[in-house]
Amino acid sequence: MASEVKNILLVGVGGQGILLASEILSEALMLSGFDVKKAEVHGMAQRGGSVISHVRYGEKVYSPIIPEGEADILFGFELLESYRYLPLLHRDGRAVVNNLRINPPGVSLGQENYVEGIPEKITGHFPQSKIVDGMTLARQAGDLRTVNTVLLGTLSHFLEIDESIWQQALKARVPERFLETNLKAFALGRGV
Amino acid sequence: MEKTILSGNEAIARGAFEAGVMVASAYPGTPSTEILENIVHYPSIDASWAPNEKVSLEVGIGASFGGARALVTMKHVGVNVAADPLFTLSYTGVRGGLVLVVADDPELHSSQNEQDSRNYARFAKVPMLEPSDSEEARAYTRLGFELSEQFDTPVFLRSTTRISHSKSIVFPQEPLSPSTETGLVKDPAKFVMLPGNARKRHYDVEARLEKMAEWACDQPFNRIEEGTSDIGVITSGISYQYAKEVLPEAHILKLGLVHPLPKRLIREFAERFEWLYVIEELDPIIEEQVRAMGIAVKGKDTFPICGELTPGRVAKAISGKEASPAFSHDEVLPNRPPSMCPGCPHRGVFFGLNRLKAFVTGDIGCYTLGFMPPLSAMDTCVCMGASIGNATGISKVLPPEERKRVVAVIGDSTFLHTGINGLMDMVYNDSTATVIILDNSTTGMTGRQDHPGTGYTLGGEKSYQVDLEGLCRSVGVKHIHTIDPYDLDETRDLIRREMERPEVSVIITRRACMLHKRDILERKPPLFVDPDKCTACKACLRLGCPAISWEPEAGEKGKAQVNRLLCVGCGVCEKVCKFGAFGVCDGE
Repeated sequence: MASEVKNILLVGVGGQGILLASEILSEALMLSGFDVKKAEVHGMAQRGGSVISHVRYGEKVYSPIIPEGEADILFGFELLESYRYLPLLHRDGRAVVNNLRINPPGVSLGQENYVEGIPEKITGHFPQSKIVDGMTLARQAGDLRTVNTVLLGTLSHFLEIDESIWQQALKARVPERFLETNLKAFALGRGV
Repeated sequence: MEKTILSGNEAIARGAFEAGVMVASAYPGTPSTEILENIVHYPSIDASWAPNEKVSLEVGIGASFGGARALVTMKHVGVNVAADPLFTLSYTGVRGGLVLVVADDPELHSSQNEQDSRNYARFAKVPMLEPSDSEEARAYTRLGFELSEQFDTPVFLRSTTRISHSKSIVFPQEPLSPSTETGLVKDPAKFVMLPGNARKRHYDVEARLEKMAEWACDQPFNRIEEGTSDIGVITSGISYQYAKEVLPEAHILKLGLVHPLPKRLIREFAERFEWLYVIEELDPIIEEQVRAMGIAVKGKDTFPICGELTPGRVAKAISGKEASPAFSHDEVLPNRPPSMCPGCPHRGVFFGLNRLKAFVTGDIGCYTLGFMPPLSAMDTCVCMGASIGNATGISKVLPPEERKRVVAVIGDSTFLHTGINGLMDMVYNDSTATVIILDNSTTGMTGRQDHPGTGYTLGGEKSYQVDLEGLCRSVGVKHIHTIDPYDLDETRDLIRREMERPEVSVIITRRACMLHKRDILERKPPLFVDPDKCTACKACLRLGCPAISWEPEAGEKGKAQVNRLLCVGCGVCEKVCKFGAFGVCDGE
């Protein structure tokens, strides 16, 4: 397998804005001069279901899908979904996970139990991981909807992308009137 | 132009623009939908939604006969609907170039089967290009128009979910100007496929394929990438990327044109290797043809025929070994299947059908999720428009009492796609079943596209809005009722009454999709559960609303709770609750 390719797996729940986050991430990687590929699915799979987006970058990327067990970073927007895809993480990989719980239908109906202690399980197996209180920081930034930008800020810590390029990518994808709040959210996330 | 990062679908739209396409037509279908949604941004192209794939191809054919380049796009199962014009288009050939994009869905991410469209290329004798990333999607679309005109044939461009919905870097080129040679040309020997004319054209079709197969041996899109090992691989499309990933040292024959195959090139390549793989998703199309040439290969005896390939699946097939993950779960995780949105107007209808113990023949759309528990109110789902014919057929073989239980459920877009024909049959042949048209004023599952029943075009222009009631009346339905599905009890009573009626009746449940782009959602305030009134009966949970959850720790027996961030205030839960436990939050 091409060793110089880096793999980021974004996971969460349909409706959380994962696809937009992976857009911004891919844009920033392209602007940094990398070959970039990303893969995801639309349609039936998106209706409140488990969502997954693969982002790969390096000098030359072939498969848009990350080979099993080769993810360098698992970027999770929700706890259970992050935990679900943990087996795809490389043994030296790290998870960057939003500390947010969204109940799946079976749990809402009282038929199944949400897995307890996910943050500890993640950091226990992958000690370089980070659990982020995205919602708290988004509230600090002034808008709960900036939670994904907060998370991107935290992720940015682990990637070789210039801060100016992140700002450029955000400007390209975020409407003018929300830009200032989003830049603030990004900085808060990066500071974690 | 500067490089950019595009999805396969965006790149196909770009390629069509660069090729000077004048007309584009489609019916939405995952994973093909975004091609037309992107093409509409190029003002030089007349882009439109057709009511179904057959019509869209016929529109494309007309534009081609008029001298323009035309693009038609659909998902794999759409080709089944468009197959009738397709097979004869193969005989007529084209005037302006015509490219038919077909997007397959290996792994059935959002489909009812995983048919391999390459079979259609062979069956209809139509050449097929298969890109392996977005840049090739752009370039091959453009190339497709050239081949179409050069060989006087329609050309397939085959995508798959992993091409259409993956993004990679694209280098856009300068566009050509659209043809100025449009106009009426009479050429009956080519355009009028009566037996006498068509008989002759069949010879042209066979000669065209033979010529193309030889020509394609020397084209850059069918290329050999030399490696360092003693393994040879023949592959195409997304499988090429997995082959490069897993066998970086192999020699690879990458096919850009998957029909007709470049036999001379394949033979020259194959002779060099003792060990030859054909890596292809789904059916053994390349493999069987290579075997028929007398060449031994490893194909579907090694790689799976069902589902999509992935780097992991290819690696496992070759090595025979499972990857050992650094972490594996020691518990069973709760699933997170897709579900109807909070406030979805379909929810109350399926709740009613469940309570009435109806046998529901279903159809294709968001409402197929009515199958999922706790609604569990869909008993069949075959293809677009099938619900109505299925209801007619099943009613024929039931005793009168049981016959009453049969209800067909179909969305507005699907009804106009191919449901109306079934309804005509129902009346004409004296069926007794009940049809519910779930009219949410959009094509929901594919991401809310317009159709003739919404009164808007792809470009957002106001247009004539089909009168569904009038349409049903005109085919002879005598009992037509329109109701707001948020009126839960009234909807259920109406369904019960019409199920009893020994004649065809149509119920139109009309309420716009909660995500509707034009509906200025008077997003109502969310509801809450009054814990003092909640008796823990769990009736509201049977709605399967993502905004309602069960809190087992609350009270003695647990309580229902509303997630204020998800609730859109539709109020259906309030109507289900016999104890008045739901209240509306006042403001913030």
